[in-house]
Amino acid sequence: MTTPSTTVKATGSSPGTPSGTEIRLDRVTKDFGLAAPAVDDISLTIRPGEFMTFLGPSGSGKTTTLNLIAGFETLTAGTIALNGTDVSDVPPHRRNLGMLFQNYALFPHLTVAQNVAYPLRERKVPKREIARKVAEVLELVQLTGRDDNHPSQLSGGQQQRVALARAIVFEPSALLLDEPLGALDRNLRSALQAEIRRIHREVGSTFVFVTHDQEEAMNLSDRIALFNNGRIEQIGTPQQLYAEPETLFTARFLGDSNVFELGQAALGRSIVWDGESWGVDPATVAAHPGVRAGSAIVVRPEDVEVAARRDEVPPGANAVRAVVRDVEYMGSYRTLLLAMGRRGLPGRTRVSPLRGDYAIGDEIVAWWRPGAQRIVAA
Amino acid sequence: MSSNKIRWPSWPLLVPALALLAGILLVPLADTLIRSVSTPGWTLSNYSNLFTDGVTLTVLWRTAVTAATVTAAALLIGYPYAYLMTRVSPRARGILLVIVLIPFWTSVMARNFAWIIILQDGGPVQSLFEFFGADDVVFYGTTVGVTIAMTQVMLPFMVLPLFSTLGAIDRRLLLAARGLGSSPTAAFWKVYWPLSRSGVMAGVILVFTLSLGFYVTPALLGSPQESLVAQLLAQRTTLLLDFAAAGALGILVLVVTLVLVAWANRMGGTMSAIGVVAAGRTEGRR
Repeated sequence: MTTPSTTVKATGSSPGTPSGTEIRLDRVTKDFGLAAPAVDDISLTIRPGEFMTFLGPSGSGKTTTLNLIAGFETLTAGTIALNGTDVSDVPPHRRNLGMLFQNYALFPHLTVAQNVAYPLRERKVPKREIARKVAEVLELVQLTGRDDNHPSQLSGGQQQRVALARAIVFEPSALLLDEPLGALDRNLRSALQAEIRRIHREVGSTFVFVTHDQEEAMNLSDRIALFNNGRIEQIGTPQQLYAEPETLFTARFLGDSNVFELGQAALGRSIVWDGESWGVDPATVAAHPGVRAGSAIVVRPEDVEVAARRDEVPPGANAVRAVVRDVEYMGSYRTLLLAMGRRGLPGRTRVSPLRGDYAIGDEIVAWWRPGAQRIVAA
Repeated sequence: MSSNKIRWPSWPLLVPALALLAGILLVPLADTLIRSVSTPGWTLSNYSNLFTDGVTLTVLWRTAVTAATVTAAALLIGYPYAYLMTRVSPRARGILLVIVLIPFWTSVMARNFAWIIILQDGGPVQSLFEFFGADDVVFYGTTVGVTIAMTQVMLPFMVLPLFSTLGAIDRRLLLAARGLGSSPTAAFWKVYWPLSRSGVMAGVILVFTLSLGFYVTPALLGSPQESLVAQLLAQRTTLLLDFAAAGALGILVLVVTLVLVAWANRMGGTMSAIGVVAAGRTEGRR
């Protein structure tokens, strides 16, 4: 081992110095010889100690990118560097990265303790130190006392905790998590999400997490890289991706949105959509000068207000007439499903249950402040 | 569950099989056992003679060594072969399966005479060795020749249980091992090999016990001076008509075999691995 033999907890608590590893992908491409490359010219820097999530639909290249970092796949082009050292040609067992798989990948012929000790044995750690570290990390994942169980005797959640313990016990440069919670039921998943967040805080190393679940990504990540067709669509904090989507794909993948597609690049002081003339907030345009020729307007449902008549809409707001298609009662709020404009574009808004009754077929006016709308590239 | 259905006991389904077993195995076996201790008069001399006649122990040892060699050879050939079968396309897997099963579908006599022609003095194998300057290599009439021919026919018994075990191993475990710091070789010996052990045990026990009883191949390809247990048994029953002595020898071989199977079973998984093969689950795996 190259790292000093500090304990798992001490690694995270060393103040001032970032204890994680920087992972830098430079023009990374992986081509399996199919119609399109699985990973297409991706450049990305994951900061030391960062919780980075690769989010995207299946087949978007997020798992392949993770496998490239792990070394399970070879690069077609580009380089991958850990803390500035090019590891593109280093085999996986010399990259010193922890990996968590969706199916846990625990060794069925070994006990819990032996599974966790495996990476330490491979690194020729002295026996007494192995015993100490195994006990310590099993405590960290709250599995003390299950040392002599075999994986088959544990529940799915417990198995994934063992896998987590095994992946961090050797203090890897970074932890790669490949949809580790995908096989668990909803309650267990949120419990383990909290656990993974806590362990990330305590260990303080770089985590790269792959998921197709946007809620999971929003909940866990420092930053999210949204994958689509082998490329990164947008990268940023969960708030940035939700509030400031740069593309239609991002807007649609994260959360619900009302999408008004614009026929041509019709952006100036106002926009015309379906006969309605809308204002533009100069601030939002200035924030994303690259999307001036954007071809769609995105408004989140919680930003859409409802008025009974057009003269109730405050001045300066953008409005569109709509018909209530359905009402979903969600407890703390109601969702109105709308048909907007002359063509009846599907849309949605959230209203407080206190604010009047809406029935299917009601004709209303939906409106929002220009500052709440995002202009995105298609 | 509907209440108007009568729940018949299921054990009567075993009756035909049990009747057959009783008729062709249990009764003759009991007869053999009784004869071996009752001729001449009630005595264990037939058994003690096995250890003192100077021939039986030699033949038993030679048989065990031959069976062990065949087993080792079948494992060395069969393990990589079965591994390959788990890694290729279903079509290629089918072809590999057919190749390994060909000796099964060939008549015993045809197969053994084919080996005689291949291995005989002046045959293709000997000519090949002569070509490379080794002119004193003899296979026909030797234990080596017998071992080669036996290995060929025993191969399916090694490959099939191995294939079903190897095919069930999750290959992602190897990736996990690599990620945790194992070289490819270390990942094989620390993860793949231990997980394949039940298949190895099943194949080893099947091949070894079946090899102990080989008769036709050693009789045709071997030499009378280097006979194996089955030949000794045949000699004592058909030439010497000494059924008591032959019975004692047969019982001894049976006991040795059963002890081996019981031991292997305790080592884990053997019976289940054999069962998997018997249930025909060797095809249709990923």
